[in-house]
Amino acid sequence: MTKAMEIVKKARSDDKITGRELIAQIFPDFIELHGDRLGSDDPAIIGGLATLNNKAVTVISTDRGHSAQERIARHFGCPTPGGYRKSLRLAKQAAKFHRPIIIFVNTAGAYPGQEAEEQGQGAAIAQNLLQLGNLPVPIITVIFGEGGSGGALALACGDRVLMLTNSTYSVLSPEGFASIMYRDSSKAAQAAEIMQITPESLKKYQVIEEIIPESANHNQTAETVKTVICQQLKELAALTPAELLAKRKQRFRQY
Amino acid sequence: MKLYQQKNTLTERRIKADKAADSKVPEGLWVRCPKCHQLLAKAQIDDYGNCPNCGAGMRISARQRLKWLVDDFAEFDQDLHTNNPLHFPNYVEKLEKMEKAAHLNDAVLTGRAQIGDVTFNLGIMDPTVIMGSLGTVTGEKITRLFEDASQNRLPVVLFTASGGARMQEGILSLMQMQKISNAIYEHSQLGLLYLTVLTDPTTGGVTASFAMDGDIILAEPHAMVGFAGRRVIEQTMHTKIPQDLQDAETVLSHGFIDKIVERKDEKALLAKLIKVGGPND
Ligand SMILES: [Zn+2]
Repeated sequence: MTKAMEIVKKARSDDKITGRELIAQIFPDFIELHGDRLGSDDPAIIGGLATLNNKAVTVISTDRGHSAQERIARHFGCPTPGGYRKSLRLAKQAAKFHRPIIIFVNTAGAYPGQEAEEQGQGAAIAQNLLQLGNLPVPIITVIFGEGGSGGALALACGDRVLMLTNSTYSVLSPEGFASIMYRDSSKAAQAAEIMQITPESLKKYQVIEEIIPESANHNQTAETVKTVICQQLKELAALTPAELLAKRKQRFRQY
Repeated sequence: MKLYQQKNTLTERRIKADKAADSKVPEGLWVRCPKCHQLLAKAQIDDYGNCPNCGAGMRISARQRLKWLVDDFAEFDQDLHTNNPLHFPNYVEKLEKMEKAAHLNDAVLTGRAQIGDVTFNLGIMDPTVIMGSLGTVTGEKITRLFEDASQNRLPVVLFTASGGARMQEGILSLMQMQKISNAIYEHSQLGLLYLTVLTDPTTGGVTASFAMDGDIILAEPHAMVGFAGRRVIEQTMHTKIPQDLQDAETVLSHGFIDKIVERKDEKALLAKLIKVGGPND
């Protein structure tokens, strides 16, 4: 097994901290808000209001669920078009009231189902990139498990992308990559290595800003995440909306 | 419509006859329609590249499309080439071979175009270059196309054809989706028109970004338009999905495409839409 594949395994582990845990620990006064206002409420996306150091923020997270039933309802954390539309609705609301947006991501990708196609999965993600990605409030994303493909990018198109030590961010799963490129999904470990999907590699490619140390103790991990978010928010709060957007544009223009 | 079908039937007969007669013709002269899977002699396909059997637009190179699409074209950014960011083995060699065959650098042709008195920036993705996948150079060319259009206050027309992300460029392929989206956002904020024409196939990260961002979204008949691949959907759902789930016509019925247009009508329709659909001043 390659080093990259070990991180993939840890990112997918059942012992992984969850979005709900991160929210409960960092935002104890979180109030969940439901629905995309277009006919659906995808449970794979949680969103709502909270305060951080007495200032209002909007919090959005993917959710894989705990029980078997919950996991199936959430498509194991793969958002439907309604999930992306819910995140965009809440993000626009945040921008209206000048609230920073904090997003936690652990998803293998956007849900690839028939209904998702019929409801415009591509169009939903596209709207996030176009609109969410251009809202004039600070947007910080923490990838805490898997960051899979466009489904992750739709929630990571803002000012900062931070990753836990044992997390990945990639264009496709190593298995999918191996089956396309090597016609052999068992070569996933080899794929994981060449794809540069670990936090360390991604930082080298300037795709992410910071790696957040992860502990086996979830409370400690959440505390560290909180400290880093506060630091990053402080930096971003010093910028005018125009400066913020100019820097964000430059962030993606370099690739 | 009747006439159209009739024509197809005749052509079909002719092809069947020719197939028997020319069974020893080298493979390079034959091509298989990705929709109806009919084996067709290349010589029998016109410049539009429509399948004479089923009428679907075959996958054609950007240069071939350019022949009948516009009156005038000045190409941009012919000197950009990938720096193989992941150092992927054999990638550059493979890409160069396809680029040479398509007379193109990377998977999109971009430039300033003219139809009659209408001027606009035009991008045409080329499915013959690594399946029109979204590499860093393709992303850069499309971004520059929008930036130039913003600077010169011009509309943009983009023909999409893509298997999705460029695997060999990994995460940097993914980043192109956002880079382009930001350039589109700026162009849109200036009140300028962006028109997409979805051609076969428009999938993955391209569908999930600039293909679906058009003020007006057109598509060619029977073009495959979708996010996830059929195999992935069927594996996820453990069931077969309808054959036409990702046909442009189905996607239109779900509200994500404005209009289906045949290749022979594209030139006139684009000129008309740019005149009527853009800024009213
Ligand atoms: Zn055909």
